[in-house]
Amino acid sequence: MSLQVDNLRVYYQTLRGDVKALDGATFTLADGEIMGLAGESGCGKTTLGHSLIRLALPMRFIEGRVTLDGEELPIWDTEKMNDFRFKKISIIPQYAMNAMNPTRKIGRMTAELLGSRKVDFKDILPELKRRLDLVKLSHDVLDMYPIELSGGMKQRMVMVLSTLLDPSLLIADEITSALDVSSQKAVAEMLVEFRNRKCCNSAIVITHDISILYQIADSIMVMYAGQLAEKASTETIIHAPRHPYTKLLISSLPEVGVKYTERRLTGIPGNPPLLLDPPVGCRFRERCPIAFEKCIEIPPFVEIEPGHFIACWKEAGTHAQA
Amino acid sequence: MLKLEEISKVYRVGAFGGKELHAVSNVSFNVKDGEVVSLIGESGSGKSTIGKMILRLISTTSGNIIFNDANISTLSGGNLKEYYRNVQGVFQDPFSSYNPIFKADRVFRLIREEFYPGTPDREWDAKIEDALCAVGLNPEHVLNKFPHQLSGGQLQRFLIARALLLNIKFLVADEIISMLDASTRIDVLNLLAELKSRGLSILFITHDLSLAHYISEQAVILYRGCVTEMGATDHIFDNPVHPYTRMLMASVPRLDKKWEHGVVDLKEKHAAVTGCCAFYDRCPIADKSLGCDKFQPMLTEAEPDHFVACYRHVER
Repeated sequence: MSLQVDNLRVYYQTLRGDVKALDGATFTLADGEIMGLAGESGCGKTTLGHSLIRLALPMRFIEGRVTLDGEELPIWDTEKMNDFRFKKISIIPQYAMNAMNPTRKIGRMTAELLGSRKVDFKDILPELKRRLDLVKLSHDVLDMYPIELSGGMKQRMVMVLSTLLDPSLLIADEITSALDVSSQKAVAEMLVEFRNRKCCNSAIVITHDISILYQIADSIMVMYAGQLAEKASTETIIHAPRHPYTKLLISSLPEVGVKYTERRLTGIPGNPPLLLDPPVGCRFRERCPIAFEKCIEIPPFVEIEPGHFIACWKEAGTHAQA
Repeated sequence: MLKLEEISKVYRVGAFGGKELHAVSNVSFNVKDGEVVSLIGESGSGKSTIGKMILRLISTTSGNIIFNDANISTLSGGNLKEYYRNVQGVFQDPFSSYNPIFKADRVFRLIREEFYPGTPDREWDAKIEDALCAVGLNPEHVLNKFPHQLSGGQLQRFLIARALLLNIKFLVADEIISMLDASTRIDVLNLLAELKSRGLSILFITHDLSLAHYISEQAVILYRGCVTEMGATDHIFDNPVHPYTRMLMASVPRLDKKWEHGVVDLKEKHAAVTGCCAFYDRCPIADKSLGCDKFQPMLTEAEPDHFVACYRHVER
């Protein structure tokens, strides 16, 4: 068990009160697992990813326990997390295009970055060059400024940097959404390759594009309005989802091969609730086609089949009652 | 209805405009009445430039755009206003289309001042209500609100309603749903399809092949400003001929089948190449003896309603 998260709550402080962006997340991540984290914008998926690595204002830690490889992470303390950040847990940020210092050559920036973790650049240079070969970048990039690289190249460079110290957990936040389809495929496949070569032990891939997750992820976790809705293996989520939200989300995706004139897809009526004052009980209740009286209580996130967790009173049935 | 004849756009870039960037070169296609044409391309392929040229937001370097027998580059004054009554655009980012200081329905008021100055209030309100209902919005929920109080999907539909107020015949939809969430984007897409069935022609600019396939009958695939393949959507998707189109089809993430693990071509693209086929330096089947390194191939008919610009195809 690589990562274990228990009842994690992270709120955003605002003048109008706390925004409950992440309200009780409990899940585990196995060794070598690539878990996709999907959901609409504002459902808390980025909050979850960031709280595992740098929980800074306006984010506020409420409660929860995060264990990585048997060691508890002090995620509420930004200073203490310095020991883990980049070495044990690392992130490829959402705007990787702007993640590098524009005033430094990439090689020098890497050396400074490693220096801050007391690692000598010279020791790691051979490995760095091997990794550059892996992502098909020439070694010359170390003598270039970030501006000289194209978007896809920067993205790959940041991937190499983030995983340089072989972190146990890698968080990839929307790394493919700004890329063209052809480089999207390349970057996504490289992520899998990194995992296969043990450059990182396990990974959480945050994206709104479920079709990308279907290609690369081992399991998918779907979030809705700050809470977990469903987690299962990729095949199960795509082909046999149980949670009504996942069902509607999957069925609203246009695929190559579907035409308006032949099969009309429909969206999910309504809007996600505001998290400043979320509704009591199941947060999907108002948009849910199968909601019933019981849904005014918060459904537990229970395992209905081995590895398949859902938070729904109706679908979980007797599992939830127990 | 709308006809593009050999249009090109050259941007001046670099210090003092010393370099030329061929954003669009010799693109021709037609959009018929009540037809949705998808313009598909990766970033930098010139697809938005074509949309802006049609809306006359930028000028063409050469070539003509003909709308209902009138060359739009020569329009001015009243004729130009008449053109905008027929042709409107909606763009990618719904938030940047609004002024955040004013309420969102100001976009309607501006239309009224410009195009319907004499309309009485009651008639105008009814018109707005009709337009909002046509795009599936409840007027009570969306009028009198600031842009930040509305969701991206609502704002985008608002802009389509604004275009509908003018009884437009032609809509340029430039990546209008790529910023929306999966659960709402399909509603906006269905809305476009519905408007199409009422006779509106749409130029649907996108990088997403699945969306293009869902909504359009005709597709045009652009690469570095050149048309590589165009024709009926079914033909292109079922039987892609150009090596670039095939590569695109192979890299689209799908839900029904996994990617084939092949070598993805990562050669970096340069802005534009002149004097050879646009796809020459990335093409796996390029052949110098056919002239791939010398000229950009012309579009030739592969089958009825399916054109492709590739020498290898001509040879076959």
